[in-house]
Amino acid sequence: MKRWIMVVPLAVFLLMAVFLYKGLFLKPDELPSAMIGKPFPAFALQTVQGDRSLTQADLLGRPSLVNVWGTWCPSCKVEHPYLNQLAGQGVVIHGVNYKDDSAAALKWLAEFHNPYQLNIADPQGTLGLDLGVYGAPETFLVDAKGIIRYKHVGVVDATVWREQLAPLYQGLVDEARP
Amino acid sequence: MKRWLAAAVLGLGLAGMAHAAIDTYQFRDEAERERYQQLTKELRCPKCQNQDIADSNAPIAADLRREIFRMLGENQSNQQIVDFMVDRYGDFVRYKPALSGRTWLLWFGPGLLLAGGFVVLALIVRRRRGPAGDDGTELSAAERERLAKLLNKEASHD
Repeated sequence: MKRWIMVVPLAVFLLMAVFLYKGLFLKPDELPSAMIGKPFPAFALQTVQGDRSLTQADLLGRPSLVNVWGTWCPSCKVEHPYLNQLAGQGVVIHGVNYKDDSAAALKWLAEFHNPYQLNIADPQGTLGLDLGVYGAPETFLVDAKGIIRYKHVGVVDATVWREQLAPLYQGLVDEARP
Repeated sequence: MKRWLAAAVLGLGLAGMAHAAIDTYQFRDEAERERYQQLTKELRCPKCQNQDIADSNAPIAADLRREIFRMLGENQSNQQIVDFMVDRYGDFVRYKPALSGRTWLLWFGPGLLLAGGFVVLALIVRRRRGPAGDDGTELSAAERERLAKLLNKEASHD
């Protein structure tokens, strides 16, 4: 009688197993960015060198990585050599020096090499706020028209580049080509 | 002695938990202060998840509190302020998510589960009771006759 009721515990177990298994691969500290598909926010900030002012228009023309970093951020130091390597391969990388002291940033860039084509100084974190930055390092992929297409939170290393950023970046480069 | 020590150690733990972020903002009036407190309690810190931005000591939470204070000073509505945050950090920052296709399960899930529980309960109660009137203790007419016969037999033997 009522054989089906014996299957219920197994069914409950399987259902829980599916959810728990999925849970193993969730990264709750990586939020989906609300900025994807939106234009890079407008800004008017000095360079880290302090020699000229930059706006969002300076990012147009070719796809780029925009890396948000600070000298106070240990993970930024971890990813810095890899950014140097990417810059050496011809990848366009811009830096946003987020809530930092420009003198310390210049010292860092002189010491560890400067992979950035543009160095945007954001001492108050206003651009970071408009970008929805909640922890450095964060790396945005911006297309030639200045639209944010992807965001990676955390260190960019060879695996992240190969598996996430490189295919998208290549796609944007091909897209920008007439 | 040991007990006192344990109490002291536990008390220290509590002292850590009682911390909350403290800023010194001057509000124009009580209503603005209340709105500030309500907004900072409704918005979630993107960095230290599971804390609202009123409670969090993370630098990003301090920045967001400052932004809220600034926007209150500009007479922006609560909706404008929440929209500003959602535009940048996504729906994640809202402890009260907007009702949409993606969040209806979040809003109505608990109600659905409760309703499901009542349905199961009703089914179980009905099954226990069985069909009305027949709870298995009443005898049918035929059974009554047989019982009477058996009892009479017993009596006649004596």
